[in-house]
Amino acid sequence: MFLVPDFVGRFFHRMASPPHFYAFTARLMPWLVVIFVLLTAAGLYGGLYLAPADYQQGDSYRIIYIHVPSAWMSLFIYMVMAITGAIGLIWRIKLAEIVAISSAPIGASFTFIALFTGSLWGKPMWGTWWVWDARLTSELILLFLYLGVIGLYGAIDDKRVASKAVAILALVGVVNIPVIHYSVEWWNTLHQGPTVTKMDKPSIHVSMLIPLLLMALSFKMYYLIALIQRVRVELLQRERNSQWVKAMVLENKQ
Amino acid sequence: MKPARKQRLTLILLMVLGASIATAFALKSFNENLMYFFSTTDVVDHKAPKDTLFRLGGMVIKGSVERPGDGMMVRFKLTDFSKEVIVEYTGILPDLFREGQGIVAHGKLNTQGVFVAEEVLAKHDENYMPPEVKSSLKNQSMPKKDK
Repeated sequence: MFLVPDFVGRFFHRMASPPHFYAFTARLMPWLVVIFVLLTAAGLYGGLYLAPADYQQGDSYRIIYIHVPSAWMSLFIYMVMAITGAIGLIWRIKLAEIVAISSAPIGASFTFIALFTGSLWGKPMWGTWWVWDARLTSELILLFLYLGVIGLYGAIDDKRVASKAVAILALVGVVNIPVIHYSVEWWNTLHQGPTVTKMDKPSIHVSMLIPLLLMALSFKMYYLIALIQRVRVELLQRERNSQWVKAMVLENKQ
Repeated sequence: MKPARKQRLTLILLMVLGASIATAFALKSFNENLMYFFSTTDVVDHKAPKDTLFRLGGMVIKGSVERPGDGMMVRFKLTDFSKEVIVEYTGILPDLFREGQGIVAHGKLNTQGVFVAEEVLAKHDENYMPPEVKSSLKNQSMPKKDK
């Protein structure tokens, strides 16, 4: 605890309280949307217009600007889901549980987008829509993990119990994350090795890399926006009998 | 941290650790089956299966692609920079197929040790760059002959 500055600790402590979180995110939202729109516009303009064609794949490689950020997000969101799930299990913080379950549908969507755009890319380049190599298969397992989390949560009526069950499932599934990332190095796969996320210098020209990183940031912002919206709805549903929700509804009615 | 929380944290860490170890062992025992393709060295050393379909990966040797007949039949040599295997394929090749390109072929060995492919997939590398950069890289790496 002594490593964290006092005001950061206080900020998180306040944010863990539902009424504070609800009010704070309402004020934050417009700013997030503005940043998201700017990043997406810059990333798409850079990726689809400014970046040159690839020496081998021509213009077809431009699907990278959707495919790769989605694939990164699919892993990132899973880690957020597992970590907040663990925090919910250990400290019984309601907001952490809600963040965990609200991440699942967004993560599932990004995983689906990564698989779908990969398939579209694979047909002209590799000559096939789908192969059962280690990278593609482990990413498909990730999609099933997300769907399992969503299904399990829906199947249990008591949402606090459901959150615990979901957190355990998510934590067991964490083993899949390094498998996905290192699959292209541990085994022979049709999918090529990592381009950006490796120790060496990225093997992508800088004019192509910058839009890719912008798109990655823009996807992160999108996740934040979608997550906050989902968390706010889930909070209201779970806290519908609490004093602060009643007070806010009454205030809005007048 | 309260004892109850510490206990839950330990339990969770143990659970993740257990799951990781189980997965590591499972992956280790399935290692062979997770290999998407065999290398040309495996074929030359008779490690690849006979009489059954399998996948063979490697790089198409520059200058080895030929079309012996009038038809769609293509013959080329694959290498993993140590051993070579001759591959025959009849059909349409993917766009990225070219000499010096990594490919994965699906098929089986015939009695002469030639790999008869039913399907050829191109493997593209992890490098992305504009064509001008590629050509300047080529010029740098090639020894200047005329001077």
